[in-house]
Formats: sequence, C-alpha cells, structure tokens
Amino acid sequence: MLLTRREWLLGSLGLAITPHVVLAAQNAMRDAQAVSDGDVVAFEYLDTGAALVLSALAAEIIPSDDGPGATEAGAVYFIDHALATFDREKRDQYKEGLRQVEALRSKLFPASASIESLTRQQRWELIRGFENSAFFEIVRTHVVLGFLANPEYGGNRGKAGWKYIDFDDQMVFEPPFGYYDADRKNEAK
Amino acid sequence: MTKAAFRPSEEVDFLVIGAGASGGVIAKELASAGFRVVVLEQGPYLSESDYSHDELKYTIMPGLTNDPTVQPITYRKAEQEPAKLKKAIEYGRQVGGGSVHFTANYWRFHESDFHEHSLYGDVAGASLADWPINYQDLEPFYTKAECELGISGLAGANPFEAPRSKPYPLPPMPVKSSGLLFERATRKMGLHPFPAPLAILSQPYRGRAACVHCGFCESFGCEMQAKSSTLVSVIPVAEETGRCEIRPNSYVRNIEINAHGRITGAVYFDQSRKEVLQRAKALVLCANGVESAKLLLLSKSSQFPNGLANSSGLVGKHLMWDLGLLAEGLFEYPANEYKSVQVTRLIHDFYESDPKRGFYGGGAIDARFDFYPAGFALGGLPPGTPKWGLEFKKTFGHYFTRTISLLSHTTSLAVESNTVTLDSEVKDAWGLPAVRITYSPHPDDLAAQAWMMQRQHEILEAMGAKKVWGDPVDSVGTSRHLMGTCRMGKNPAKSVVNSYGRSHDVANLFIVDGSNFVTSARQQPTATIQALAYRAAENMARLAKAGEL
Repeated sequence: MLLTRREWLLGSLGLAITPHVVLAAQNAMRDAQAVSDGDVVAFEYLDTGAALVLSALAAEIIPSDDGPGATEAGAVYFIDHALATFDREKRDQYKEGLRQVEALRSKLFPASASIESLTRQQRWELIRGFENSAFFEIVRTHVVLGFLANPEYGGNRGKAGWKYIDFDDQMVFEPPFGYYDADRKNEAK
Repeated sequence: MTKAAFRPSEEVDFLVIGAGASGGVIAKELASAGFRVVVLEQGPYLSESDYSHDELKYTIMPGLTNDPTVQPITYRKAEQEPAKLKKAIEYGRQVGGGSVHFTANYWRFHESDFHEHSLYGDVAGASLADWPINYQDLEPFYTKAECELGISGLAGANPFEAPRSKPYPLPPMPVKSSGLLFERATRKMGLHPFPAPLAILSQPYRGRAACVHCGFCESFGCEMQAKSSTLVSVIPVAEETGRCEIRPNSYVRNIEINAHGRITGAVYFDQSRKEVLQRAKALVLCANGVESAKLLLLSKSSQFPNGLANSSGLVGKHLMWDLGLLAEGLFEYPANEYKSVQVTRLIHDFYESDPKRGFYGGGAIDARFDFYPAGFALGGLPPGTPKWGLEFKKTFGHYFTRTISLLSHTTSLAVESNTVTLDSEVKDAWGLPAVRITYSPHPDDLAAQAWMMQRQHEILEAMGAKKVWGDPVDSVGTSRHLMGTCRMGKNPAKSVVNSYGRSHDVANLFIVDGSNFVTSARQQPTATIQALAYRAAENMARLAKAGEL
C-alpha cells in the first residue's frame, strides 16, 4: 500500500469531524506540510483496513485535543514497523485482536460500517469494552512507543512526543538541570 | 601493541570465564603479573560507537542483557510449583558485563556487613552467617578498585561509612534537583545525606572524558567512556600487556576435569556454535551469581556427580535478590530529572539492622529518576491514572519532568530454598538446560521493605511532593544483583569457596563474582565484587608463582 504522508494523515483524520478533530487536523496539516510532497510512505506489513482501525484506536489512546498526539506522531507507522521487524511474533495477536474488536463494534453499534466511522463517544465506548484485554495492552504499549520511542522506529515524528513531555534529547547538558537546583544559586547560604 | 591470541590447544596460565565486573579486574591483574590469560565472554565485544540513546533497544528489548528468547529462564516461587518462563534475572552480556549498563552506584560495605550473624544471631528460616573476612581485609582492595576504575564521591560525607585509607579519586557529580530537595529535607529530619559514590567520571581521568550529563546511564552503555566499566578501564590495560586475549561470543558449556581432580580447561561454543576446548593450568569462573552456578551444575563428572566443586551441595543455593522499592513524588516545578546521572544523594541512616524494629534488615534510600520517556508513560504513573485518553496523555506530559523517585535498597536474606537449578525441560538455543530460578523473599525482607517505604513517603512529603505513590510491597521484580550461589566460608561443608574464591574441592578452580556473597548487604554489590576480585587475583598470582596451584 502506498500513500503520501499527507494523504494518509488527512485520510485518517477526515472521517469523524468534531471540533477536537478539526484542531487535530489543523495540527496534522501543519505537520504534513512540513514533510515534502515527495515523501511516499509505504506500510511494511499492515494492510489498509488494519492501518485505519489502528489509527483510529491510537488517536483515542493518545488523542490530539491539546496538541500533537498519536496521529501526528505517526504511531501507526511504529506499529507497522514493529510488526514487520522486532515484534513479528505479535502478528497473530493483532489479527485475532482486530477481529474481536470488529465483532465488538458490530455488537455495540450494529448500524455502523467501520471503526473509523464511529463518533469519538462511540470509539470511547468501544475501547471501554476491551480496555482490560491483553490485546489492548499490546496496542497501548505500541502506541505509547509510537509516541515516545526514538523516531527511527517510525513514530514520534518531528519528535512530537518528546516535545509534548518536554524531553530534550541532547547529548550534553550542564547544571543547573532543573528548577530546584537552579534555585539553589539564589539561595542565601 | 599486538593483541595476544592463543591457540585453544595451548595451555594458558589462567582461563577466565566472564569478562564483566569481576573477570575484567582479574584478567588485568593476572596479565599484569606476567601470566598468559584467555577470557571467554558469552556476549559480544562492543564499544562506544555501538551504543545509542535508544530506549526501546536498551530498556524494552535486551540490548545489553541476556535475551530470554535465546536463553530462556524459568521461575517459580517454591519447589512444589511448576516453573514458568519469565526473565526473573538479568545480567550484562558483553565484554564489560554489567559494569557497562549499570546505574553505577558504587558503595563499599559497612564493617557490620561482614559479621551480622555475630551481631544478630540466627534468623529463623534463613542461613544468616558471618563472612570469612572482615572489612579491614578488603579495605585496600576497595581503595585500589576506586583508584583504577575511577570513582566519584566525597570521603567522610557519610558518617556511617567504614574507615577508608584514601579519599575518592574524583569529586562527586553535581547535585540535581532530586538530590538538592532530598538533602534539605533529610537534614531537617536529622538524617545524614551524602553525595552518591558513582562509577562515573566527574572530571577527565586516565585518558577518559568526564560525564556530559546526557542522562542515559542505567541500562545504557556510555558513549563518552565516562562510566567506569571494566570495558573502558582495566580491560584495555590487560590487553596492553600483550598477554591477555579477550575472546567474545564464546559460550562455555562445560568445565573439564581430569582423573586427578584438576581442571584442564573449558569447552565452549564459538560464534559459529562449533565446540572448542581451551586448555589452561587454572580456571577462574566470573560468570555472575547465576551463570557461574549454572556452569558448575552443568559440569558433572564421576568425581562430582552433583556438579563441579559441589561436595557441600550448596552450589546454586542461597540466591539473594535485588530488593528495594520505588516511591515517587510529583513536584510543582520541572526538576528535569532525565538529565545527568540517575542518583546524586542518598542516606545510610537506616542501613543497620535494629532489633527494636522487630525484624532483621535495613537499607539505604537514594533520590533518583531512572525512567526514560516511554517507560515512564507505561510504568511510572500513579495507580489509578487512566490507561488511555486525554487524561492519560496529560498526566504523563505533566509528570515527566516533575517526578522525583526515592529508591530503597534493602536486605535479602540468604534462604537455602532460593536457588539456581537446571530446568529439566526447557533448553536454550545451544541445547543447554535453561536456568531455573526458585525464589520467594523471606518475611523479614518484606517487613524491611514495608518499613523503608514508610520512611520514603515521609521524606518525599518533607521534600514538598504534591502527591506521593509507590510500589506494592509484595512485588518480586527482575533481579539484577545476582548474589549468594557459591558462598564463601571457612568450613567446606557450609560453603563452596574460601575467602579468595578458591574452591574447597578443586585446587586450581576459583569462583569470583557475586555468587561468593554471604549476605546481601544493602544491595549495590559491584564495589564489593570488584574488591573481592582484586584480593582474589593477588592471591592467585602469589599461589601460581609459589607453585602452589
């Protein structure tokens, strides 16, 4: 499957329009515009259907309401890369897990066509229906890694996750390192 | 310099198994004394350029440690239970061993640590015993280790410290926010905080650069050579002699013994999994507190049907655990604890056991932060934090720079039923039996942890934490301090080696690593492992020169 990064971002965001998503989409647009038009992203392992579902879940695990979240960080690319390389043995758990989540979706929302098309409230209800499962913990772990692990694994694009938590990935620091040890300099001895 | 390279058929003077904290020291000492030494290391030979700040690779995947997918480990709480796959123990698996990726805490034992049985008597359900040496026997070797490896610290700052003949060769590292708040609070409480002694260079030393405070110490190899691993300190000196060959990717499966009860060498798998016999006049096993016991148990013979050097039946028994719990606090302003070394201040006020508390044991508490970004979001948040959604995101976003932890380092009693044995079913990728760990903490160990956790909470509150949370007391995590499985002693019926690591059963076999420990002290075993290694190596050289090996 080949998509430009911009198409992918917009495609995965344009399905459930709420004010939050508009904000996220604006963030995503900004992020996507930072990537050159020639940046074609190929998934290594995931098919389109699975990638869309996982993007939708990732967008609720680390949402974009208050700034870049899993979507802008490209967490789904991390999941794809993980399943193509070092976490290959989790493929079956993903296949089975996604099958069960689909079944849960059609049980909870029989009128819906897909997970991507659910409203946010519906997605939250869906996640609450399997948040204590082993599969959810795997996806959650991957999404967090896709937000906060090193960008070379495909996620944490533009260091979005590190910026969000104020982690500065420099090699060299000098004291003072934080508020309290800086404060000591002004302390009356 | 031409690096030494020996043919396996050549009988070298000493064959050392394991190039870690202990093996690196022993190789350097023996090669410097004029002996021909081969060191077999199961892991690779890496250097600074191989390392990186990759949290996923080094903390979530086994970047520098044993990989359970090729070397499975099984675990059970007690002998009656079936053992299940679990990475219950972890060790550094490369040239330099655990000294490459450790946090670099470098504490000497207290004088009392060597004779706690005399002080407190028997503890029901445990094998509390005195060491066959006292602090004064080891002091010169602690000093030598601190000097040769490069340790930063402030002599005399810890009023509970045992007497030392020399100050630390390097001043302490700059204090961080955690250390500063901890120092102020504990002083007010009448306690005695002091700068953490660390195997990290606060200034350039012996051709190595000083720490640049990147913050990636625990679980990582240092890209600056500032962490004082054996890889960057003594192993290069050993190789400079031209008499020491470090042979990586060499996984020993059997120690060979002849009809006269003498070691003749060891058989190992080379990188292509071909079996090779390296011959030697004497053998020093420095593979760590689990792997050394495993190898002895694997090396069965008609003379030693229960494992080499195991006439006492104690090889693999008395495994002691890496005990201690984390308490965390949220502070108002960013402390940015992810920068620089993990620990800058600690206390030893509660170190000694006190019968008035109603249990054996005690511990130290240090102020630290040893989380990296993803690990913090996944495992560092208070209980009850949502696992997903905006509240989850906001919590890890706000807490990451504002969280400070206090870690306790507590006693682990030697219990005979806590063991390293060979799994009867599970095999590793080379076809060798997997290590099987059987371990449950002694009730006094849990009592000590719970008591210390109360102190941790009090200190965090005194430091001004807005919110405090901590590990549950009954959690048995992964042990990285591997101690006790070949304990030292004077009586061959009650110990495996003498105080120099020499086997009571086999004259030319030495076992020198954490397995020799009789008690756990308050964790942080590396300084003592290395002091014992210096002392043992000096004795080996003396015996070999006198023709007494």
